[in-house]
Amino acid sequence: MAQKETMTVNMGPQHPSTHGVLRLVIELDGEVIEKITPHIGYLHRGVEKLSEHRTYHQTLPLTDRLDYLAPMSNNLGYVLAVEKLLDIEIPERAQTVRVITAELTRLKSHLVWLACHALDIGAMTVFIYAFREREKVMQLYEKLSGARMTSNYYRVGGLSTDVYDGFEKDVQEIIDTFPGFFDTYEGLLTKNTIWLQRTVGNGVISAEDAIDAGITGPALRGSGVDWDLRRDNPYSGYEKYSFKVPVGEKCDTFDRYKVRFIEMREAVKIISQALDSLKPGPVLADEPQICYPPKENVYNSIEGLIHHFKIATEGFSVPEGEVYQSVEAPKGELGFYLVSDGGNKPYRMRVRPPSFVNLSAIEKMAKGAMIADLVAVIGTLDIVLGEIDR
Amino acid sequence: MAENNRAVVKLKERFAADIVAVKKFRGEVTVTVKKENIVEICSFLKTALAYNMLTDVTAVDYLGQEPRFLVVYNLYSIPNKDRLRVKAQVDESACTIDTVSNVWSSADWLEREVYDLFGIIFNNHPDLRRILMTDDWVGHPLRKDYPLQGPDREPYKNRLS
Repeated sequence: MAQKETMTVNMGPQHPSTHGVLRLVIELDGEVIEKITPHIGYLHRGVEKLSEHRTYHQTLPLTDRLDYLAPMSNNLGYVLAVEKLLDIEIPERAQTVRVITAELTRLKSHLVWLACHALDIGAMTVFIYAFREREKVMQLYEKLSGARMTSNYYRVGGLSTDVYDGFEKDVQEIIDTFPGFFDTYEGLLTKNTIWLQRTVGNGVISAEDAIDAGITGPALRGSGVDWDLRRDNPYSGYEKYSFKVPVGEKCDTFDRYKVRFIEMREAVKIISQALDSLKPGPVLADEPQICYPPKENVYNSIEGLIHHFKIATEGFSVPEGEVYQSVEAPKGELGFYLVSDGGNKPYRMRVRPPSFVNLSAIEKMAKGAMIADLVAVIGTLDIVLGEIDR
Repeated sequence: MAENNRAVVKLKERFAADIVAVKKFRGEVTVTVKKENIVEICSFLKTALAYNMLTDVTAVDYLGQEPRFLVVYNLYSIPNKDRLRVKAQVDESACTIDTVSNVWSSADWLEREVYDLFGIIFNNHPDLRRILMTDDWVGHPLRKDYPLQGPDREPYKNRLS
């Protein structure tokens, strides 16, 4: 018998299917994966350190750049954490617009997941279609906040500005057209033999292992765990909407694919319900110590200008204490742990990134598989390196 | 009150000598413990009280206070849908704590990150290497005495006091 030899292969950081700058050192026995050592940190920008030197409002734009495919979800987690520390009430209209935009963000993020996941496995058509639809959400983002990706639309206490005229019509168009697009994608993939061969039985992780590894979000639900923060620990008024939480059975890549698809369809239903319940009203809490004044006051009165200036330079003080607030981001549980010493800057801000924890289970999911299947596993984990490295 | 919390009552019965403080703030319960029995406390929380998911491990640096570091464990119970935060005190002079990666495997990378950015050593950890910074990096960036601008630089004093 010949002695068993393994080969070490380096994958990334520049590799089209590692979704950013992820480097994997893989030990192979033939084509079978024996061991995976991920190397991360290429995109580390020190967001947590920076936030200790900025006021609470100044930290908000940094959160856009964590999971840059789902900026509003990051904003939402952060502002909810600060609002919990401050213990303030948010107007209903602001909460509803937050739900609409957070669910649009879920669509946007899941479309990128679908596009890249399919492209990695060789289905190029879906990539082009999904990016076409993502563009519609991006354009809505741009009209709403002025930016296509780094939106920075929310504020502590509400929203930076009310929605533009015609927002309802644009959202309604997405509600009307997107389910049809989902049918198109499903027509291309769900019964496609090549797709099934690449995804069924790939990257299996049992419910028990998934919980133990800390996996959250669609990847956990694909393993059959019926858990969604929007339903189980509701925030921002999610308890008012009815939606289904999809769960998988076979714990494989195909089940996670199905779970994310149903999630997109449910997101459209949530947006529709939220749009129906959208009523006129203020979009910023009545907290002059914390919130920026309306722009017309800033431009037309000296008091308004001073007010704006005070908040922009000094920020606001936050009671001493610590909170952990998490949201169901498209990738999983995104948590913000804030420690305040009573000053105008966080004493410590910790981001609990879902992709980071999900990625740590990659070896468990891909061990014993072929090297080509590793690409499918990376795709199904739906990682974003901006969030992993922070 | 925090004292009436189910988990806190059970913890107090079992580990009375280890508990330093129990606090409730904005509806969140935090239990501060001594670091010696952290693995036993965590195993107990996982097996007897169904905190089956370790959501997060992080640390806070209270420079100038004793103990300097608090290692923070955010736990979640999927069956009961509730959270609990456990904080363990770590002194600067003995900057180590036992790993809980044999209780929850998610602790593996999270503890590596705490080691990397705070320099707290996790005893018996299976693979304690730096994770975000490069292997040859000197210093631990999230410590309060580490300058924002990077090593060997003066702390930035121009803005924001």
